Amino acid sequence: MQDIENIVNGQKLFLKPEYQEVLKRKKEFEGNMGSVDSEKLEEISEWTKSWEYREKNFSREAITVNPAKACQPLGAIMAALGFENTMPYVHGSHGCVAYFRGYFTRHFKEPTPCVSDSMSESAAVFGGLANMKDGLRNCSAMYKPEHIAVSTTCMAEVIGDDLNAFVQGAVEDAEGDLDNTTITYAHTPSFVGSHITGYDNMMKAMLEQLNPSREEKVVDEERINIIPGFEPYLGSVAEIKEISKMFSDKIVMIGDHEEQWNTGAGEYKLYAGGTTMEDAKTAINAKATISLQKYSTVQTAKTIKNKWKQGYETCNPIGLSGTDAFVMKLSELTGKEVPAELAKQRAQLVDAMQDSYPYMHGKKFALYGDPDFLLGLVSFIVEMGGIPSHVLCHNAPKKGWEDDMKAVISKSPWAEDCQIWVGKDLWHLRSLLFTEPVDFLIGNVYGKELYRDTGTPLIRIGFPIFDRHHLHRYSISGYKGTLNLLTWITNAVLDQLDEDTKEIGKTDYFFDCVR
Amino acid sequence: MVSGTLQEIQNKAIEEVLEKYPEKARKNRAKHLGVDSPEGVKGACDTTKSNKQTVPGVMSERGCAYAGSKGVVWGPVKDMIHISHGPVGCGQYSRAGRRNYYVGHTGIDTFVTMNFTTDFSEKDIVFGGDKKLKKALEEIDVLFPLNNGISIQSECPIGLIGDDIQAVAKVHKKDSSKPTVAVSCEGFRGVSQSLGHHIANDVIRDEIMPDTSARQDFVTTDYDVAVIGDYNIGGDAWGSRLLLEEMGLRVIAQWSGDASYKELAIAPKAKLNLLHCYRSMNYISRHMEQEFGIPWMEFNFFGPTKTTESIRKIAEFFGPEIQEKAEKVIAKYTAMTDAVKEKYKPKLEGKKVMLYVGGLRPRHVIGAYEDLGMEVIGTGYEFAHGDDYKRTKEDISGSTLIYDDVNELELETFVKRLKPDIVGSGIKEKYVFQKMGLPFRQMHSWDYSGPYHGYDAFAVFAKDMDLALNSPVWSHTKAPWETEEEGA
Repeated sequence: MQDIENIVNGQKLFLKPEYQEVLKRKKEFEGNMGSVDSEKLEEISEWTKSWEYREKNFSREAITVNPAKACQPLGAIMAALGFENTMPYVHGSHGCVAYFRGYFTRHFKEPTPCVSDSMSESAAVFGGLANMKDGLRNCSAMYKPEHIAVSTTCMAEVIGDDLNAFVQGAVEDAEGDLDNTTITYAHTPSFVGSHITGYDNMMKAMLEQLNPSREEKVVDEERINIIPGFEPYLGSVAEIKEISKMFSDKIVMIGDHEEQWNTGAGEYKLYAGGTTMEDAKTAINAKATISLQKYSTVQTAKTIKNKWKQGYETCNPIGLSGTDAFVMKLSELTGKEVPAELAKQRAQLVDAMQDSYPYMHGKKFALYGDPDFLLGLVSFIVEMGGIPSHVLCHNAPKKGWEDDMKAVISKSPWAEDCQIWVGKDLWHLRSLLFTEPVDFLIGNVYGKELYRDTGTPLIRIGFPIFDRHHLHRYSISGYKGTLNLLTWITNAVLDQLDEDTKEIGKTDYFFDCVR
Repeated sequence: MVSGTLQEIQNKAIEEVLEKYPEKARKNRAKHLGVDSPEGVKGACDTTKSNKQTVPGVMSERGCAYAGSKGVVWGPVKDMIHISHGPVGCGQYSRAGRRNYYVGHTGIDTFVTMNFTTDFSEKDIVFGGDKKLKKALEEIDVLFPLNNGISIQSECPIGLIGDDIQAVAKVHKKDSSKPTVAVSCEGFRGVSQSLGHHIANDVIRDEIMPDTSARQDFVTTDYDVAVIGDYNIGGDAWGSRLLLEEMGLRVIAQWSGDASYKELAIAPKAKLNLLHCYRSMNYISRHMEQEFGIPWMEFNFFGPTKTTESIRKIAEFFGPEIQEKAEKVIAKYTAMTDAVKEKYKPKLEGKKVMLYVGGLRPRHVIGAYEDLGMEVIGTGYEFAHGDDYKRTKEDISGSTLIYDDVNELELETFVKRLKPDIVGSGIKEKYVFQKMGLPFRQMHSWDYSGPYHGYDAFAVFAKDMDLALNSPVWSHTKAPWETEEEGA
């Protein structure tokens, strides 16, 4: 029974003997192997750690187990929320939107605005036009957005709704209610690509539909656009803006979702921050656009390069060399020297890397996550002398990514010991961690089950992270962001060292106060 | 600030909310909002429209049929593998988010927090996914040999592309001789999670109930009960189980939190089904009543008053022997729960609460708040039907704002006008209200605490409410240099 002086919740309550008895008695009625035959359970458990199991596991063709990716509309919502007074609008079932909002909210610990037009059976039969007509009008009346960014779910895509016609029809029927609202739309089928594809499709659609045609563009030789991509680290977006500002006031973040998920206490704001509509509608006029996530903007790039005939560059400012390349690109495009402040930040970062290198050097890492995130992170691991033994990218694009990753890894003296796993999931990774173990695992919240199963310490860097707070507020980009990466990883190594040496009288001779 | 009685403020808030809508949506929403009180004749609990299509274009908090089936009813069955059949998203967004606690070796003999999906690509949409599904089922049996069955949870495309998952399941069931069930719970079906619950119940009825293999040699006692519709959020069902066992009953099945397939199959041996979440499992309870003659009884283990009431009601069904034990259980815990009240009531008394949840909670938790001297002034359901609102009438004690399928803007407005001291709702709503400086507790997941079922759990509940309401963090919102003007 609860002790009134020490009330405990489930964590400790269920350890009390009366609850342990309850759980024991329950086993009598249970059919899972652990309740029926614990030896058999142990046998199978051991088997799943074997090479034999790994081979069977890797011959899977149809079932995905514990994926490391999500679906398109999620990315579309992030892209949309990068613009001022913009309501993401999902043409499909509201169930999807409940999931998207919940997913982002658990990660950012912030509200996530997004509506749907609640399509159901009747829409499946007759199409979703009626929903779109009511939906856009209600959305506009209630949430007063300046811009509505429409994306789709798999349902709308399977029944083949014609977004262009639907949006036009809805506006025509709205008795003027939608005349002052900008509406953009993108097809974001969940059965193609992943969340980064959705980011790309929505970004491309918004840029195309918000901007005039090439004939009308007025080039501003000083303006540079930067697209952050599907960036879960808000601190990274902020740091990129800071770095940009050191070069020029005319570097514009296109899709700036930093503030939306980082509002202060005191007042709830539906919309916060974001690229202004003015900046969005003149993106075509820039001299060049830099994408910070090459593989999250593959289609967007085509618009910029081919339709707009604008300069297009990709940089990946995670890690030292990635940041160097980005900074030099800004210097090249603005024609300005690298500011002293950045040179100082770089020197401080390198100094810190030189302080901490012994702890990452030669350590084996397994990493998983989105394609561009991995390119940056692996690059940093290599810069520190770490070994990226397993690099797993579930949503790696078919073209180019693996070669890019090979090029990054080739800089490591241990390149031959490193393996790249394209299109594999976290159950594959489980087999890898058992058969070819590493010292540390880097990934999102779903890595915690791998940590539990394999004992490989998890360093949480990625998306989503639901079970640790505020990491997303930090930067992992730029020199300061890379310093954060260095700090997190080094201290995780040191935490583990303490963990491994804390046994009194046995290992604690190495439990040093100075490291 | 609006002045007047609570009821006047509530009515005024509804008017204000409705003004925000275009004509058509206003007419629709007006039917879902109202005010009721215990003495109200034909109040909102009697008249509120529910289980209707959501108004398009709003930030509804509702989920879908897949969420109702995979997320609620089937997903927690621990020794079966539940395939999210279709594109990758649904399974990913619903992975391990509901805190359906269970005991088992995850990945070996139990699988609840994992995500199995057929991860549809365009090719699967164009050519159909049945072959892929068949292969997926076979691969699962190779890699997860200790699974005690597989359920196929359909995502939206399945019902639209004409796949025959029932046929695939049937063949696999025959080949593997393990339960294999196909659930057509596509997200576009119905208006909310609710139809997904119903569809999931129907599959249990059709596929599991006829399976007598587990129950044919089962030796029953006169005191066998099954707990139905408890998803063991944060271990809730274990808390209920303790009390039921202490009063002399034997809990032979627990649906579906921490349930194994066997517990689904042996449930028809119970003498009484104890129904926790009426909304999501009344269907199967009614079926078991008709088919097996098992009566069912709703019960409420939130807060000592309701728990004691429920224990007595359950005991009455079984007669004097159990009643005697039940009184001992009540006596045993009442001293502790009285001490909890004594400790926390002074800190919580008079605090006003607004709720917006699903299932049974918008009514069942009212008693627990009242045990702490708190008052629920507004409540509503994401996916209720008329019978839920009728039941709500029995639980409200003052003028209460009733809102069905409330959306973000409505709830925000209601909270601004009614000025509760704490809001209890879900993750999507949490930070909206915290931004406004209001204490908030997630009442789906118990905000990563719990359990909240039973006497011991009341202590957890009280402590959590105190923590939320009396934390110093809420006092920091205003900077010291800001003037003391009363905000709007």
